[in-house]
Amino acid sequence: MIAADLLVAQNVGFGIISLLMIVAALRVVTVNNVVHAALWLVVVLSGAAAQYLLLSAEFVAITQVLVYVGAVMVLFLFGTMLTRARIGAESDLNNKNWALGIPVALLMLGVMSYVIIDGFGSERLIENPGDMEPIPVQVISDDIFGPYLLPFWALSFVLLVAVIGAIVLARKD
Amino acid sequence: MIALLAADLPYWAQTLLRILGGLVAVLLPAGTIVYLFLFKMMSFMQSRLGPMEAGPYGSMQLFAEVGKWLQKEDITPARADRVIFKIAPLVVLASTFLLVAVVPFGPDAWFTNFEAGVFYLLAVSSVSVLGILMAGWSSANKYSLLGGLRAAGQLIAYELPMVLAVIGVIIQAGTMNLQGIVVAQNGGEIFGWNGLGNPYILTQFTGFIIFMIAVQAELTQTPFDMPIAESELVSGYMTEYSGFRFLTFFIAEFATAGVFSLIASVLFLGGWGVPFAWFDWKSIDDVSDWMNVVGPLIMFTKMMVLAFVIMWVRFSYPRFREDQLQRFAWKVLIPISLVNIMITAILKVAF
Repeated sequence: MIAADLLVAQNVGFGIISLLMIVAALRVVTVNNVVHAALWLVVVLSGAAAQYLLLSAEFVAITQVLVYVGAVMVLFLFGTMLTRARIGAESDLNNKNWALGIPVALLMLGVMSYVIIDGFGSERLIENPGDMEPIPVQVISDDIFGPYLLPFWALSFVLLVAVIGAIVLARKD
Repeated sequence: MIALLAADLPYWAQTLLRILGGLVAVLLPAGTIVYLFLFKMMSFMQSRLGPMEAGPYGSMQLFAEVGKWLQKEDITPARADRVIFKIAPLVVLASTFLLVAVVPFGPDAWFTNFEAGVFYLLAVSSVSVLGILMAGWSSANKYSLLGGLRAAGQLIAYELPMVLAVIGVIIQAGTMNLQGIVVAQNGGEIFGWNGLGNPYILTQFTGFIIFMIAVQAELTQTPFDMPIAESELVSGYMTEYSGFRFLTFFIAEFATAGVFSLIASVLFLGGWGVPFAWFDWKSIDDVSDWMNVVGPLIMFTKMMVLAFVIMWVRFSYPRFREDQLQRFAWKVLIPISLVNIMITAILKVAF
């Protein structure tokens, strides 16, 4: 790779954010307090949003913040604080099958890496990374509501079913 | 201003300018709102004078207040979660600073010009909920926890009508870029007459009302102040905070009121612009450079009007009960805003 191709600032940023994300991800599973774990997860998810920004995927980054940080994590915290959220260390957070998670995680890593490398190989999104421009939102929406309209409808239908299911479960009578 | 200078300034100087500009854009409205509305207007509405001692008409009262808070001891409750307790006010304040980053103040006077500006605003405004939940939980106080949970429930409920009300504006403007929305309003015309531009408060009046109600709730101002209801919860999630950390919450509350007023004036009142027909401007490239100076002043005026309305409502109405508050969001505001979107979309296609 010739020097002109390298985006030094972006690569340094990527390294710092990745390091932060890895540390935070480890803290999510090692920390002994539910709320702390959830807050470390917020760091991981915001880090992902920052990585999307570095790839100039504005829309995906903002969606990541809106959905994961703004909604999912708030609901997580809301739920744990309503039920069990003691301050200080808790001893019974570890499941005795936790070691099983390691091979599953490694398997996932392997499958994902294989799919990405097999699918894209050495292809590059654009020839010169310095020219990267954010994709206009209109292009994204034209794609979603054009060629991908049917999957979009299917997803909406699944969500509708989930909402109705939640109402049915929540109603006592 | 900022973009004009950007051409010949090194990166660190641009960053410094942006930080300074952000501080001014956040703190100046907050100070003005607190002095003019919280101290003086509330006093006049209650037939009293308000602060009179510090400076002429008590105009230096703000400095006295800040000085008082800075002197006070920074107390952390013994059983609190110390680290989270200390981070929480900063998370709330950070959300305010993130909000102001996309507000345009003039044709070239902006901090960032995000393509998906409106979407970004709605995303980062929900970050403050995290800070409030953190504050409520880490205080190790059941009033704080209850206040935090009420705040989270309320903010989630009122975020939806806010998003849905803005969608009407986006459909009409055809862009999510805030600068684009300003241009669409000032370059627009009403049935061929362009003397006033086309401020969306006229065509999106329902959206404007819903947006302002949702803003009132997002700011937890009365009538939506269940989270800090002082007669039942002491001061909600802020109960255990003292000194500088309380000041941070306080600044964040009124700075966010200012920033949301700025956003509402961009979305519905035409933002920094004057109707382009007045000066025969065809597009944003024709807009004269002096708008970079006049624009922020126009924005500030509009912000003061909207902040006045927010504070007026705050001092006039009694508090909603928790169930009324939730029912109002889910059963009144959200259906109305959905109908508003439908009608806007139909009219957009028809015309």
